[in-house]
Amino acid sequence: MSKVKNLQDLKKMRDDLKGKITLREKSDHPDSLVQIKVSMATCGIASGARDTMNYMVDELESQAVDAVVTQTGCMGYCYAEPTIEVTLPGEKPVVFGQVDTKKASEIIEKYIKNGELVDGIIPDSYETIDKK
Amino acid sequence: MKDLSMHIMDIAENSIKAGADEVDVSLVFLGETLEMTIRDNGCGMDAEMVQKITDPYTTSRTTRKVGLGLPFLKMNAEQTGGKVEVVSAPGEGTTVKAVFFTSNIDCIPLGEVASTLSLLITGNPAINVKVRIQKDEEVYEISSREINDILDGIPISHPKVGVFVKNMLKEEL
Repeated sequence: MSKVKNLQDLKKMRDDLKGKITLREKSDHPDSLVQIKVSMATCGIASGARDTMNYMVDELESQAVDAVVTQTGCMGYCYAEPTIEVTLPGEKPVVFGQVDTKKASEIIEKYIKNGELVDGIIPDSYETIDKK
Repeated sequence: MKDLSMHIMDIAENSIKAGADEVDVSLVFLGETLEMTIRDNGCGMDAEMVQKITDPYTTSRTTRKVGLGLPFLKMNAEQTGGKVEVVSAPGEGTTVKAVFFTSNIDCIPLGEVASTLSLLITGNPAINVKVRIQKDEEVYEISSREINDILDGIPISHPKVGVFVKNMLKEEL
């Protein structure tokens, strides 16, 4: 059946990917994966977070950017959905609001690839009063 | 919610919030009905919470006072003549079953099931998402664990894997 064929294809892709990732890890940038979290609660989904996430996965794949794209729950910024959190290697996480596909492409081009900040950042500190 | 696949993502997200590490998504298309079941092994709820859960002003979160996921699902199922059932007990996980009559004019479109499921699988690396899709007699099953076994250490959330899983599901559906 095609399912078996498909999973075998996945094996081939894994070997290919493994070579590339380990090669990069041995170079100057260990831990070279960009981490992206897309807020995927009712508010986010209704505002189009799924399309944003889908777009980011497609775009990062076609531009061969090594990243991990995961989902997270509601961050409490329902007014600014879809929201995403981007953590560049060695940097603090940055939360962007109102990320439609256009904004997502800007974030990939400017922030993820060049480290340039773009508009739409939600000022967020991960320290609570108790921790200070 | 614009389509049914968004509900799958939404309800599954509740399971993840409930601390589940296994989420089963089952879609059964039989004639003119679609039975969507999402089962998890999360913390579950007591009987009082189950009764109130489709009330929009009931939520367990503290960031805001409304919870619209299940009320929206109930509305969209009931307007097709279908229903939503929630079975849960503390410590035993939760099962949400929604029945839609897809031939009803008020049934919202199915939407992009393949991309929704692939985002669910690849976007939640710590959770074993099991998918089962039945169309009349034909059954298709896949799980995060199967994919992870093959990946052998490559992160499942890598965009290359994401696109692959999406295309694989698209082919199957």
